[in-house]
Amino acid sequence: MTSLPEPSAIKLGLVIDLDICVGCQACVVNCKEWNTSGYGAPLSDSDAYGAKPSGAWLNRVHAFEAGTGADAKVVHFPKSCLHCEDAPCVTVCPTGASFKRSEDGIVLVNEDWCIGCGLCAWSCPYGAREMDPAEGVMKKCTLCVDRIYNENLPSEDQVPACVRTCPTNARHYGDLGDPNSEVSLLVAARGGVDLMPEQNTKPVNKYLPPRPRRAANDTPMSLLAMADEATPSGFWKWVDSTLEKLG
Amino acid sequence: MRPAWSIIFFTSISGLGFGLAAWVVLGFIDFVHPQQIFGVGGLVMLLIGAGLLSSTLHLGHPERAWRALSQWRSSWLSREGVLAVLAMLALAGWGWHVFAIGTPPLWANIASALLMAVTVYATSMIYASLKTVARWHHPLTPICYLMFAAAGGLLAILWLQAFWGQGQSDAFELAVLLALASAWGIKLVWWQIAGANGSGSTLASATGLAGLGEVRSIMPPHTSENYLQHEMGFVIARKHTSRLRLIALGLGGILPCLLVIMDGGSTMGIGLALLLHMAGVFVERWLFFAEAKHTVSIYYGHQH
Repeated sequence: MTSLPEPSAIKLGLVIDLDICVGCQACVVNCKEWNTSGYGAPLSDSDAYGAKPSGAWLNRVHAFEAGTGADAKVVHFPKSCLHCEDAPCVTVCPTGASFKRSEDGIVLVNEDWCIGCGLCAWSCPYGAREMDPAEGVMKKCTLCVDRIYNENLPSEDQVPACVRTCPTNARHYGDLGDPNSEVSLLVAARGGVDLMPEQNTKPVNKYLPPRPRRAANDTPMSLLAMADEATPSGFWKWVDSTLEKLG
Repeated sequence: MRPAWSIIFFTSISGLGFGLAAWVVLGFIDFVHPQQIFGVGGLVMLLIGAGLLSSTLHLGHPERAWRALSQWRSSWLSREGVLAVLAMLALAGWGWHVFAIGTPPLWANIASALLMAVTVYATSMIYASLKTVARWHHPLTPICYLMFAAAGGLLAILWLQAFWGQGQSDAFELAVLLALASAWGIKLVWWQIAGANGSGSTLASATGLAGLGEVRSIMPPHTSENYLQHEMGFVIARKHTSRLRLIALGLGGILPCLLVIMDGGSTMGIGLALLLHMAGVFVERWLFFAEAKHTVSIYYGHQH
């Protein structure tokens, strides 16, 4: 079971647009909300209202700064399981609880078999897995497997919770095994990248780097320059000169 | 990486147990009284068993630990479990054979000793197979585990010889000294070279933002410590690394060697040497975990 299956033709995953993400954390919250009542045990918290609150989350948004000086850019960076093709978290599992589905490539944990040894979390270079503090089993992104195939939901809801909730459309879901799918075309057009390609995990999820900044002569006049050049007229000219007279 | 006491105890104590077992089945102890077989067998089973039991203490669901025997095709942790069970069965069979029939044939003794060695190798590969921890992912990591098991086992044999008043040969004492020196010698090399070049991953490769210039972490994704930081972001040891290495080497290598050389082979002296050696191995094993950096710490702004 924990041997990896032959690579599937369908590779369901996410494409995350780092140009658009504003770091609002809505995907984080909706992920927690859906998955605390969906697949497997609830996503518990410990000491939620105390001095050191902690808990299991399947999706977290970091913030990084890249570049220097005027070109520096803040990048909000959502991170969840990348559903790797060569997933080390699957092969290290001693019980067969951690597995990759042969039909669509989703990496899941069978929580009834998980012994909570934590080795899969150690083997993941990305920190995509977190131990549930109450249940003692490993939790991870399921790609909302209980939404995407759920025909009881309206079709627009049959996508992962994080994708459904993103207010800026920075998250896209689809089949990255199909070169003509919308997500694959998006990755090709924007030069989508793998995270830590040197770890040879072959992630399915891709990240779209921020678009290049516009050239300097395209940028709007600075606010300071606008203020300098402004010469008051009419009522504001009278206010200006009257205030000057007051010394 | 967080140094879990249950895992430190497991790897050091079961390592000593398998090391001792390997030397016993190779005939390094003369059983003058048949009852001594039960004494040694019980001691080894206690060491290995206590180690294995301890390893289940950190599990979220210890009652399901038996499931860990199923994935030996892909998982080193599973292989370790299967091999440990096989090794204990082999030892029990060996003891029964010696007691009831006589010393087993040489091939069986060698095969049993190899089984003990392969089990210790599997323990080390649980860690050495992880590419995410550069320090562990090194060919010398299994050698360190094997050498500590071998040296500890030989020292335990020396103690048993003293305990039963069997004469110790100078050659055997020299072998113990050489084993201890080699184990710590390889550990010193491992400390210098294992993972010295990092994991090969950087914040630029971890974020895919290399095209924008230097990348810095400006805000963690949560306001207090999470599982990832608790489990993989342990940093206290790095501040005291060189002092702790000296303590490990002194307790586990230098003092036991001095005791073996100067004491003349008393039960107390060799017993103390063995206890000190194990204390040193505990510190070494604590550092093994505590010093190691995981690639996930890159996302939290740590250099790698």
